[in-house]
Amino acid sequence: MDILFEHGNFALLRDGFLQTVELSALAALLALLLGTLLAAFRVSPVPVLRAFGTVWVTAFRNTPLTLLFLAAVFTLPRLDVRFSPFTFAVLALGFYTAAFVCEVLRSGINTVPLGQAEAARSLGMTFGQTLRLVILPQAAKTVLGPMSSVFIALPRNSAIAGAFSVAELFQAQATLTDLGYPIALIFFWVALPYLTISASVGLLFHYLPQIVAAGGRLVRGLSERGTPVRTETVEANQ
Amino acid sequence: MSSSRTASASVLYDAPGPRARFRYRALGVLTVLGIAGLLWYAYDKLDSTGQFAPELWEPFQYTAVQQRIVDGLLATLKAFALAAVLSLLLGALLAAGRLSDHKPVRAVSGAVVQFFRAMPLLIMIFALYRGLFAGDPFWALVTGLTLYNGSVQAEIIRSGVEAVPRGQSEAAYALGMRKSAVMLSILVPQAVRSMLPAIISQTVVTLKDTSLGFVITYPELLYAMKLIASNSTGYPYVPTVLVGTPIYIAMCLLLAALARWIEARGRRGANRRTSVPA
Repeated sequence: MDILFEHGNFALLRDGFLQTVELSALAALLALLLGTLLAAFRVSPVPVLRAFGTVWVTAFRNTPLTLLFLAAVFTLPRLDVRFSPFTFAVLALGFYTAAFVCEVLRSGINTVPLGQAEAARSLGMTFGQTLRLVILPQAAKTVLGPMSSVFIALPRNSAIAGAFSVAELFQAQATLTDLGYPIALIFFWVALPYLTISASVGLLFHYLPQIVAAGGRLVRGLSERGTPVRTETVEANQ
Repeated sequence: MSSSRTASASVLYDAPGPRARFRYRALGVLTVLGIAGLLWYAYDKLDSTGQFAPELWEPFQYTAVQQRIVDGLLATLKAFALAAVLSLLLGALLAAGRLSDHKPVRAVSGAVVQFFRAMPLLIMIFALYRGLFAGDPFWALVTGLTLYNGSVQAEIIRSGVEAVPRGQSEAAYALGMRKSAVMLSILVPQAVRSMLPAIISQTVVTLKDTSLGFVITYPELLYAMKLIASNSTGYPYVPTVLVGTPIYIAMCLLLAALARWIEARGRRGANRRTSVPA
């Protein structure tokens, strides 16, 4: 227990933790954006776009993440593409995870029965209305579970960045190991932040439906002042 | 006729009329142009930085380099095979623990599964490499892979056993079978049959994760690639990655194809069984 508060070990682990969180958050954002775009390609009515999406996703899903890191850090500079190790890590992790995000979204959309969309279209709904009011709410329900697995796996996978000169938690573990501290103690202090991050992401996804619903109520409450909902609460207060 | 209509109508897009067909075709042409542009950009980038220079590709003609790739591939497959088998054994053991009638056994195996599923594999492998297996990367890698994938396999097996209809185990108990007999001769065979595709899909993850051996200097395929690139003149990292990545993708696709084949076979078998008149 006493290795934490000597020789700046706490600062090392804290900085590693913050770097892991920052790397994971940026990679998650990139994966979400790119994954959504790829999913749009894979369900589009244009065959060439679908094929492009399929090839892209197949390639990135079946390449080991360590190989992607190696490719980013060692080959891109040879092609005159130069970034910091941190940016390379965000790119590798984001591109890898995007393929999984795409698959989750695609299978979620495909579970919505065709009749739902046909009914919406026959009511005269536009493409945007069908998507927003009928398909996405139903797809979201099936997507949530697998999506939380993808984003719980992401911070775990981010550890590989430490082997490619990003000063995150794995690198803190390696540094402390080289300094000769007991392996089991280091393992404990490195495992704890990772378990905390996994648990937080899991909780976030668990409460996401409630958070989204509360956000929706807040937005509606702000945009429609004096709605019946508000008068009801006033009456309840009286 | 109706089959052709459902083929072109999807959840998101109605069957296209003449104007939509024209729009899709125009979009298709634009996409082809875009992809061609992307490919040309990649080719131009590779060419202008001299990645097609013959001397960068020459090492792949040397038998020593080819031997190194084959050795790396074999080392990858060796770690993969051992880790896959061991993780299945551990998975079966942990699944049995999670389905046990004894609460302490259930609690312990549950905790073990949750812990190893939540830990980054690299952190575990590194701790094993520097601690328990001081300096033996092969066993550190195999043990790490076994602990993580075994925990995942345990969850797959457990959910498979729990998905077997209750009538099956009730009938077996009614016939006077004991718990172990019900498990081994009634539940597990049916569970394995339904979960085999998921189990094999998880071995794809095991195969990909053998590349973590790179970090602890286990001489698997990725390590061999890095070694070839850093020891040859001109540092041919780009050619090495272009050679090595398809090997990994091909291995993973073969495993995935095996999973799909077994799934299709299982479906066919199930259909045949249910179609037999009672």
